[in-house]
Amino acid sequence: MEYKEDKTKIAKRIAGIFKDGDYVNLGIGLPTLVGNYVPDDVHITLQSENGFLGLGQEPDDESFNPDLVNAGGVPVTILNGGSYFDSATSFGIIRGGHLDYTVLGVLEADQKGNLANYMIPGKMVPGMGGAMDLLTGAKKVIASTVHFDKRGNSKMVRSCSLPLTAKGEVDIIVTDLGLFEIADGKFVLKEFFAPATPEWIVENTSADIEIDPGCREYVFSD
Amino acid sequence: MKEKPVIKAADAVARISDGDSLLVSGFMGVGTPVTLMKALRESGRRDMTLICSDNALYMGDPEKATGVAPNVLAKQFKKYVASHIGLNKETQRQMLSGEAEVELVPQGTLAERIRAGGTGLGGLLTPTGVGTAVEDGKQVITLEGREYLLELPIRGDFTLIRAAKADKAGNLTFSASARNFAPLMAMAGDTVIVEADEIVEIGTLDPETVVTPGIFVDYIVQRGE
Repeated sequence: MEYKEDKTKIAKRIAGIFKDGDYVNLGIGLPTLVGNYVPDDVHITLQSENGFLGLGQEPDDESFNPDLVNAGGVPVTILNGGSYFDSATSFGIIRGGHLDYTVLGVLEADQKGNLANYMIPGKMVPGMGGAMDLLTGAKKVIASTVHFDKRGNSKMVRSCSLPLTAKGEVDIIVTDLGLFEIADGKFVLKEFFAPATPEWIVENTSADIEIDPGCREYVFSD
Repeated sequence: MKEKPVIKAADAVARISDGDSLLVSGFMGVGTPVTLMKALRESGRRDMTLICSDNALYMGDPEKATGVAPNVLAKQFKKYVASHIGLNKETQRQMLSGEAEVELVPQGTLAERIRAGGTGLGGLLTPTGVGTAVEDGKQVITLEGREYLLELPIRGDFTLIRAAKADKAGNLTFSASARNFAPLMAMAGDTVIVEADEIVEIGTLDPETVVTPGIFVDYIVQRGE
Protein backbone atom coordinates (compact mmCIF):
# COMPACT_ATOMS: atom_id res chain seq x y z
CA MET A 1 0.00 0.00 0.00
CA GLU A 2 1.22 3.49 -0.76
CA TYR A 3 0.57 5.97 2.08
CA LYS A 4 -1.02 9.27 1.14
CA GLU A 5 -1.56 11.90 3.80
CA ASP A 6 -5.29 12.69 4.25
CA LYS A 7 -6.25 15.18 6.94
CA THR A 8 -9.89 15.27 5.80
CA LYS A 9 -10.35 11.63 6.84
CA ILE A 10 -9.06 12.43 10.32
CA ALA A 11 -11.34 15.45 10.72
CA LYS A 12 -14.39 13.56 9.41
CA ARG A 13 -13.87 10.58 11.68
CA ILE A 14 -13.38 12.70 14.80
CA ALA A 15 -16.46 14.78 13.94
CA GLY A 16 -18.45 11.53 14.01
CA ILE A 17 -17.44 10.76 17.60
CA PHE A 18 -19.41 13.58 19.23
CA LYS A 19 -22.92 13.21 20.61
CA ASP A 20 -25.66 15.81 20.45
CA GLY A 21 -25.14 18.29 23.30
CA ASP A 22 -21.41 17.74 23.80
CA TYR A 23 -19.10 20.59 24.84
CA VAL A 24 -15.84 20.45 22.89
CA ASN A 25 -12.57 22.36 22.61
CA LEU A 26 -10.74 22.07 19.29
CA GLY A 27 -7.02 22.88 19.16
CA ILE A 28 -5.30 24.97 16.51
CA GLY A 29 -4.50 23.48 13.10
CA LEU A 30 -5.79 20.03 12.15
CA PRO A 31 -8.22 19.86 15.13
CA THR A 32 -9.92 23.06 13.91
CA LEU A 33 -10.89 21.25 10.68
CA VAL A 34 -13.05 18.85 12.72
CA GLY A 35 -15.66 21.57 13.18
CA ASN A 36 -16.40 21.52 9.44
CA TYR A 37 -17.65 17.90 9.47
CA VAL A 38 -19.97 17.62 12.46
CA PRO A 39 -23.28 16.11 11.24
CA ASP A 40 -26.20 18.57 11.01
CA ASP A 41 -28.26 16.69 13.60
CA VAL A 42 -25.45 16.76 16.18
CA HIS A 43 -25.29 20.07 18.02
CA ILE A 44 -22.05 20.57 19.85
CA THR A 45 -20.93 23.72 21.65
CA LEU A 46 -17.36 24.77 21.04
CA GLN A 47 -15.31 26.41 23.76
CA SER A 48 -12.57 28.89 23.01
CA GLU A 49 -10.08 28.96 25.89
CA ASN A 50 -9.55 32.72 25.58
CA GLY A 51 -12.95 33.13 27.17
CA PHE A 52 -16.19 32.05 25.53
CA LEU A 53 -18.59 29.25 24.70
CA GLY A 54 -20.47 29.18 21.41
CA LEU A 55 -17.60 29.62 18.97
CA GLY A 56 -19.04 30.36 15.53
CA GLN A 57 -17.80 30.71 11.98
CA GLU A 58 -15.63 33.38 10.42
CA PRO A 59 -17.31 36.79 10.51
CA ASP A 60 -18.51 38.74 7.49
CA ASP A 61 -17.95 42.50 7.27
CA GLU A 62 -21.07 43.18 9.29
CA SER A 63 -20.43 40.73 12.14
CA PHE A 64 -16.67 41.42 12.41
CA ASN A 65 -15.62 42.35 15.95
CA PRO A 66 -11.90 42.98 16.55
CA ASP A 67 -12.39 41.91 20.18
CA LEU A 68 -13.68 38.47 19.22
CA VAL A 69 -11.01 35.96 18.19
CA ASN A 70 -10.45 32.24 18.62
CA ALA A 71 -7.52 30.71 20.52
CA GLY A 72 -5.38 31.16 17.43
CA GLY A 73 -6.10 34.88 17.36
CA VAL A 74 -8.29 34.57 14.24
CA PRO A 75 -11.52 36.64 14.08
CA VAL A 76 -14.63 34.55 14.71
CA THR A 77 -18.27 35.00 15.72
CA ILE A 78 -20.24 33.88 18.77
CA LEU A 79 -23.45 31.89 18.36
CA ASN A 80 -26.81 32.68 19.96
CA GLY A 81 -26.71 31.18 23.44
CA GLY A 82 -22.99 31.85 23.79
CA SER A 83 -21.30 33.41 26.80
CA TYR A 84 -18.11 35.27 27.70
CA PHE A 85 -15.98 34.74 30.79
CA ASP A 86 -12.50 35.46 32.13
CA SER A 87 -9.50 33.15 31.79
CA ALA A 88 -9.87 31.64 35.28
CA THR A 89 -13.46 30.57 34.54
CA SER A 90 -12.37 29.36 31.11
CA PHE A 91 -9.69 27.13 32.58
CA GLY A 92 -12.03 26.19 35.38
CA ILE A 93 -14.26 24.75 32.65
CA ILE A 94 -11.24 22.97 31.17
CA ARG A 95 -9.48 21.73 34.29
CA GLY A 96 -12.69 21.06 36.16
CA GLY A 97 -13.76 18.29 33.80
CA HIS A 98 -16.68 20.15 32.25
CA LEU A 99 -15.64 19.59 28.63
CA ASP A 100 -16.72 16.32 27.04
CA TYR A 101 -13.86 16.29 24.54
CA THR A 102 -10.72 18.12 23.61
CA VAL A 103 -9.05 17.49 20.26
CA LEU A 104 -5.34 18.25 20.06
CA GLY A 105 -2.48 17.96 17.60
CA VAL A 106 0.49 15.63 17.99
CA LEU A 107 4.27 15.69 17.63
CA GLU A 108 4.51 12.27 19.29
CA ALA A 109 1.89 10.09 21.00
CA ASP A 110 2.93 6.97 22.84
CA GLN A 111 1.19 3.76 23.89
CA LYS A 112 1.03 4.81 27.54
CA GLY A 113 -1.22 7.72 26.65
CA ASN A 114 1.54 10.30 26.85
CA LEU A 115 1.46 13.19 24.41
CA ALA A 116 4.21 15.53 23.27
CA ASN A 117 2.98 18.44 21.21
CA TYR A 118 4.40 21.69 22.58
CA MET A 119 8.13 21.89 22.01
CA ILE A 120 11.21 20.52 20.26
CA PRO A 121 14.24 21.34 22.44
CA GLY A 122 16.73 23.58 20.66
CA LYS A 123 14.40 24.07 17.70
CA MET A 124 10.97 25.27 18.68
CA VAL A 125 9.93 26.54 22.12
CA PRO A 126 6.58 28.22 21.58
CA GLY A 127 5.09 27.41 24.98
CA MET A 128 2.22 25.16 25.98
CA GLY A 129 -0.56 27.76 25.90
CA GLY A 130 -3.64 25.95 27.18
CA ALA A 131 -2.66 22.48 25.96
CA MET A 132 -1.47 21.07 29.30
CA ASP A 133 -4.69 22.11 31.02
CA LEU A 134 -6.84 20.76 28.18
CA LEU A 135 -5.14 17.36 28.26
CA THR A 136 -5.34 17.14 32.04
CA GLY A 137 -8.91 18.33 32.44
CA ALA A 138 -11.15 17.26 29.55
CA LYS A 139 -13.27 14.12 30.10
CA LYS A 140 -11.90 12.57 26.89
CA VAL A 141 -8.77 13.55 25.02
CA ILE A 142 -8.61 12.87 21.29
CA ALA A 143 -5.19 13.13 19.67
CA SER A 144 -5.41 13.86 15.96
CA THR A 145 -2.51 13.37 13.59
CA VAL A 146 -1.37 12.20 10.19
CA HIS A 147 0.07 8.74 10.70
CA PHE A 148 3.60 9.58 9.53
CA ASP A 149 5.79 12.68 9.81
CA LYS A 150 7.47 14.28 6.80
CA ARG A 151 10.37 11.83 7.04
CA GLY A 152 8.08 8.82 7.14
CA ASN A 153 8.38 8.06 10.86
CA SER A 154 5.18 7.02 12.59
CA LYS A 155 3.96 9.65 15.05
CA MET A 156 2.64 6.88 17.28
CA VAL A 157 5.60 5.57 19.25
CA ARG A 158 6.41 3.21 22.13
CA SER A 159 7.72 6.02 24.29
CA CYS A 160 7.78 9.77 23.60
CA SER A 161 11.27 11.22 23.21
CA LEU A 162 10.11 14.86 23.21
CA PRO A 163 9.07 16.75 26.38
CA LEU A 164 5.57 15.69 27.41
CA THR A 165 2.58 17.99 27.33
CA ALA A 166 0.81 15.58 29.68
CA LYS A 167 1.33 12.13 31.11
CA GLY A 168 -1.14 9.33 30.42
CA GLU A 169 -4.06 11.56 29.44
CA VAL A 170 -4.77 10.51 25.82
CA ASP A 171 -7.86 8.32 25.35
CA ILE A 172 -8.33 8.12 21.58
CA ILE A 173 -5.98 8.63 18.64
CA VAL A 174 -7.29 9.19 15.14
CA THR A 175 -4.85 9.15 12.24
CA ASP A 176 -5.49 8.97 8.50
CA LEU A 177 -5.19 5.17 8.76
CA GLY A 178 -7.42 4.35 11.70
CA LEU A 179 -8.85 4.94 15.14
CA PHE A 180 -6.98 3.69 18.21
CA GLU A 181 -7.62 3.59 21.93
CA ILE A 182 -5.09 3.23 24.73
CA ALA A 183 -5.41 0.18 26.99
CA ASP A 184 -2.89 -1.51 29.29
CA GLY A 185 0.09 0.32 27.83
CA LYS A 186 -0.78 -0.52 24.23
CA PHE A 187 -2.51 1.02 21.27
CA VAL A 188 -5.67 -0.89 20.42
CA LEU A 189 -6.81 -0.60 16.81
CA LYS A 190 -10.59 -0.25 16.79
CA GLU A 191 -11.16 0.90 13.19
CA PHE A 192 -9.10 1.06 10.01
CA PHE A 193 -9.59 3.26 6.98
CA ALA A 194 -9.19 1.61 3.54
CA PRO A 195 -6.93 1.15 1.67
CA ALA A 196 -5.00 0.57 4.91
CA THR A 197 -5.41 -2.87 6.49
CA PRO A 198 -4.87 -3.70 10.19
CA GLU A 199 -1.83 -5.81 9.29
CA TRP A 200 -0.25 -3.00 7.25
CA ILE A 201 -0.81 -0.53 10.10
CA VAL A 202 0.74 -2.85 12.69
CA GLU A 203 3.72 -3.54 10.44
CA ASN A 204 4.42 0.12 9.64
CA THR A 205 3.97 1.70 13.07
CA SER A 206 6.87 1.90 15.56
CA ALA A 207 4.72 0.93 18.52
CA ASP A 208 2.89 -2.06 19.98
CA ILE A 209 -0.58 -2.26 18.48
CA GLU A 210 -3.17 -4.83 19.44
CA ILE A 211 -5.92 -5.43 16.91
CA ASP A 212 -9.22 -5.33 18.77
CA PRO A 213 -11.33 -8.49 18.24
CA GLY A 214 -14.12 -6.18 17.06
CA CYS A 215 -11.86 -4.13 14.77
CA ARG A 216 -13.71 -3.12 11.61
CA GLU A 217 -13.34 -0.97 8.56
CA TYR A 218 -14.84 2.48 9.00
CA VAL A 219 -16.46 3.50 5.74
CA PHE A 220 -16.61 7.23 5.04
CA SER A 221 -19.94 8.46 3.72
CA ASP A 222 -18.50 10.09 0.60
CA MET B 1 -18.99 57.38 45.78
CA LYS B 2 -15.38 58.52 45.60
CA GLU B 3 -14.14 59.03 42.05
CA LYS B 4 -10.90 57.44 40.82
CA PRO B 5 -8.41 59.79 39.15
CA VAL B 6 -8.76 59.97 35.36
CA ILE B 7 -5.24 60.70 34.11
CA LYS B 8 -3.24 60.78 30.88
CA ALA B 9 -1.45 57.61 29.75
CA ALA B 10 1.97 59.28 30.03
CA ASP B 11 1.23 60.34 33.63
CA ALA B 12 0.02 56.83 34.42
CA VAL B 13 3.15 55.05 33.19
CA ALA B 14 5.38 57.69 34.83
CA ARG B 15 4.54 55.90 38.09
CA ILE B 16 6.32 52.77 36.83
CA SER B 17 10.05 52.36 37.59
CA ASP B 18 12.84 50.40 35.90
CA GLY B 19 12.76 46.82 37.16
CA ASP B 20 9.06 46.76 38.07
CA SER B 21 6.84 43.77 37.35
CA LEU B 22 3.81 44.36 35.14
CA LEU B 23 0.64 42.33 34.68
CA VAL B 24 -0.72 43.17 31.23
CA SER B 25 -4.04 41.90 29.87
CA GLY B 26 -4.59 40.59 26.35
CA PHE B 27 -4.68 37.37 24.38
CA MET B 28 -2.86 37.52 21.05
CA GLY B 29 -3.12 41.29 21.37
CA VAL B 30 -6.88 41.28 21.91
CA GLY B 31 -7.63 43.11 25.15
CA THR B 32 -4.18 44.69 25.46
CA PRO B 33 -4.18 48.30 26.75
CA VAL B 34 -2.32 49.58 23.68
CA THR B 35 -2.46 53.27 24.63
CA LEU B 36 -0.72 52.51 27.93
CA MET B 37 1.77 50.20 26.23
CA LYS B 38 2.62 52.90 23.71
CA ALA B 39 3.19 55.40 26.51
CA LEU B 40 5.28 52.80 28.33
CA ARG B 41 7.42 52.38 25.21
CA GLU B 42 7.91 56.13 25.00
CA SER B 43 8.85 56.22 28.70
CA GLY B 44 11.96 54.16 27.96
CA ARG B 45 11.55 52.06 31.14
CA ARG B 46 13.78 48.97 31.19
CA ASP B 47 14.59 45.72 32.96
CA MET B 48 10.95 45.09 33.79
CA THR B 49 9.18 41.73 34.14
CA LEU B 50 6.21 41.21 31.84
CA ILE B 51 3.48 38.83 32.94
CA CYS B 52 0.86 38.17 30.28
CA SER B 53 -0.99 35.36 28.56
CA ASP B 54 1.25 35.46 25.50
CA ASN B 55 3.71 37.78 23.80
CA ALA B 56 1.32 38.46 20.90
CA LEU B 57 2.40 38.61 17.29
CA TYR B 58 5.67 39.64 15.73
CA MET B 59 6.80 37.70 12.69
CA GLY B 60 9.40 40.13 11.35
CA ASP B 61 7.48 43.25 10.37
CA PRO B 62 7.44 45.80 13.24
CA GLU B 63 4.46 47.54 11.60
CA LYS B 64 2.41 44.39 12.14
CA ALA B 65 3.51 43.76 15.73
CA THR B 66 0.43 43.44 18.00
CA GLY B 67 -0.33 43.78 21.70
CA VAL B 68 2.79 43.82 23.86
CA ALA B 69 5.08 42.94 20.92
CA PRO B 70 6.24 46.55 20.25
CA ASN B 71 7.45 46.74 23.87
CA VAL B 72 9.26 43.42 23.44
CA LEU B 73 10.91 44.88 20.34
CA ALA B 74 11.96 47.92 22.40
CA LYS B 75 13.76 45.51 24.79
CA GLN B 76 11.99 46.83 27.87
CA PHE B 77 11.91 43.51 29.73
CA LYS B 78 14.45 41.26 31.39
CA LYS B 79 11.94 38.52 32.11
CA TYR B 80 8.74 37.20 30.55
CA VAL B 81 6.18 35.05 32.31
CA ALA B 82 3.76 33.73 29.69
CA SER B 83 1.98 30.64 28.42
CA HIS B 84 2.90 31.16 24.77
CA ILE B 85 5.67 33.04 22.99
CA GLY B 86 5.67 31.09 19.71
CA LEU B 87 4.29 33.86 17.52
CA ASN B 88 6.76 36.49 18.71
CA LYS B 89 10.12 36.00 16.99
CA GLU B 90 11.80 38.71 19.04
CA THR B 91 10.94 37.00 22.35
CA GLN B 92 12.37 33.75 20.94
CA ARG B 93 15.53 35.61 19.90
CA GLN B 94 15.95 37.28 23.30
CA MET B 95 15.42 33.94 25.03
CA LEU B 96 17.93 32.04 22.87
CA SER B 97 20.56 34.81 23.14
CA GLY B 98 20.14 34.99 26.91
CA GLU B 99 19.09 38.66 26.83
CA ALA B 100 15.86 37.83 28.60
CA GLU B 101 14.60 35.00 30.77
CA VAL B 102 11.37 33.20 29.89
CA GLU B 103 9.17 31.33 32.36
CA LEU B 104 6.56 29.31 30.50
CA VAL B 105 3.43 28.65 32.54
CA PRO B 106 0.40 26.62 31.44
CA GLN B 107 -2.32 29.14 30.67
CA GLY B 108 -4.80 27.85 33.25
CA THR B 109 -2.09 27.76 35.90
CA LEU B 110 -1.09 31.32 35.02
CA ALA B 111 -4.69 32.46 35.42
CA GLU B 112 -5.04 30.76 38.81
CA ARG B 113 -1.64 31.95 40.08
CA ILE B 114 -2.65 35.52 39.31
CA ARG B 115 -6.04 34.99 40.91
CA ALA B 116 -4.33 33.51 43.97
CA GLY B 117 -2.07 36.56 44.10
CA GLY B 118 -5.07 38.83 44.07
CA THR B 119 -7.28 36.94 46.48
CA GLY B 120 -4.95 36.32 49.39
CA LEU B 121 -4.29 32.64 48.75
CA GLY B 122 -0.90 31.16 49.56
CA GLY B 123 -0.85 29.01 46.43
CA LEU B 124 -2.87 26.38 44.63
CA LEU B 125 -2.75 22.69 43.78
CA THR B 126 -3.21 21.76 40.15
CA PRO B 127 -2.86 18.46 38.29
CA THR B 128 -1.75 20.38 35.19
CA GLY B 129 1.93 19.81 34.45
CA VAL B 130 2.42 16.67 36.56
CA GLY B 131 4.97 14.45 34.82
CA THR B 132 6.17 17.28 32.54
CA ALA B 133 8.97 19.85 32.63
CA VAL B 134 6.57 22.18 34.47
CA GLU B 135 6.98 19.93 37.52
CA ASP B 136 10.73 20.67 37.82
CA GLY B 137 11.62 22.29 41.13
CA LYS B 138 8.05 22.19 42.43
CA GLN B 139 6.55 20.38 45.36
CA VAL B 140 4.30 17.47 44.31
CA ILE B 141 1.47 16.81 46.75
CA THR B 142 -0.63 13.64 46.62
CA LEU B 143 -4.22 13.93 47.83
CA GLU B 144 -6.64 11.01 47.67
CA GLY B 145 -4.38 9.24 45.21
CA ARG B 146 -3.98 12.08 42.75
CA GLU B 147 -0.80 14.10 42.24
CA TYR B 148 -0.85 17.89 42.19
CA LEU B 149 1.77 20.59 41.74
CA LEU B 150 2.01 23.33 44.32
CA GLU B 151 1.93 26.55 42.31
CA LEU B 152 2.67 29.87 43.97
CA PRO B 153 0.78 33.15 43.63
CA ILE B 154 1.81 35.90 41.21
CA ARG B 155 1.46 39.59 41.92
CA GLY B 156 2.71 42.62 40.02
CA ASP B 157 3.92 46.07 40.99
CA PHE B 158 1.52 47.34 38.34
CA THR B 159 -1.48 46.01 36.46
CA LEU B 160 -2.28 47.48 33.05
CA ILE B 161 -5.60 46.32 31.63
CA ARG B 162 -8.12 47.34 29.01
CA ALA B 163 -11.84 47.64 29.72
CA ALA B 164 -14.77 48.47 27.46
CA LYS B 165 -16.41 50.85 29.93
CA ALA B 166 -15.17 52.27 33.20
CA ASP B 167 -17.36 54.40 35.39
CA LYS B 168 -15.56 56.96 37.49
CA ALA B 169 -15.85 54.70 40.55
CA GLY B 170 -13.64 52.22 38.63
CA ASN B 171 -16.34 49.66 37.89
CA LEU B 172 -15.53 47.85 34.65
CA THR B 173 -17.20 46.05 31.80
CA PHE B 174 -15.37 44.25 29.02
CA SER B 175 -15.80 43.50 25.33
CA ALA B 176 -16.15 39.92 24.07
CA SER B 177 -12.93 37.89 24.26
CA ALA B 178 -10.95 41.03 25.19
CA ARG B 179 -11.88 40.23 28.80
CA ASN B 180 -9.48 37.27 29.20
CA PHE B 181 -6.96 37.96 32.01
CA ALA B 182 -8.08 41.51 32.88
CA PRO B 183 -10.47 40.73 35.78
CA LEU B 184 -7.82 38.49 37.40
CA MET B 185 -4.98 40.97 36.93
CA ALA B 186 -7.17 43.75 38.33
CA MET B 187 -6.97 41.97 41.70
CA ALA B 188 -3.24 41.21 41.64
CA GLY B 189 -1.43 44.49 41.03
CA ASP B 190 -0.20 46.87 43.74
CA THR B 191 -1.29 49.71 41.46
CA VAL B 192 -3.99 49.07 38.89
CA ILE B 193 -4.32 51.26 35.81
CA VAL B 194 -7.29 50.76 33.52
CA GLU B 195 -7.44 51.90 29.92
CA ALA B 196 -11.11 52.25 29.04
CA ASP B 197 -12.68 52.57 25.59
CA GLU B 198 -15.29 54.74 27.28
CA ILE B 199 -15.35 56.51 30.65
CA VAL B 200 -18.84 57.09 32.03
CA GLU B 201 -20.39 58.84 35.02
CA ILE B 202 -21.09 57.04 38.28
CA GLY B 203 -24.63 55.66 38.22
CA THR B 204 -24.75 54.89 34.50
CA LEU B 205 -23.46 51.30 34.75
CA ASP B 206 -26.01 48.78 35.98
CA PRO B 207 -24.38 47.08 39.00
CA GLU B 208 -25.68 43.75 37.58
CA THR B 209 -23.47 44.16 34.51
CA VAL B 210 -20.26 45.17 36.28
CA VAL B 211 -17.62 42.45 35.83
CA THR B 212 -14.79 44.00 37.84
CA PRO B 213 -15.74 46.11 40.87
CA GLY B 214 -14.09 49.48 41.30
CA ILE B 215 -12.40 48.57 44.57
CA PHE B 216 -9.54 47.05 42.56
CA VAL B 217 -8.91 50.09 40.37
CA ASP B 218 -6.53 52.99 41.12
CA TYR B 219 -6.36 55.06 37.92
CA ILE B 220 -8.39 55.36 34.74
CA VAL B 221 -6.99 56.36 31.34
CA GLN B 222 -9.02 57.11 28.23
CA ARG B 223 -8.02 54.76 25.38
CA GLY B 224 -6.40 56.71 22.57
CA GLU B 225 -5.32 59.64 24.76
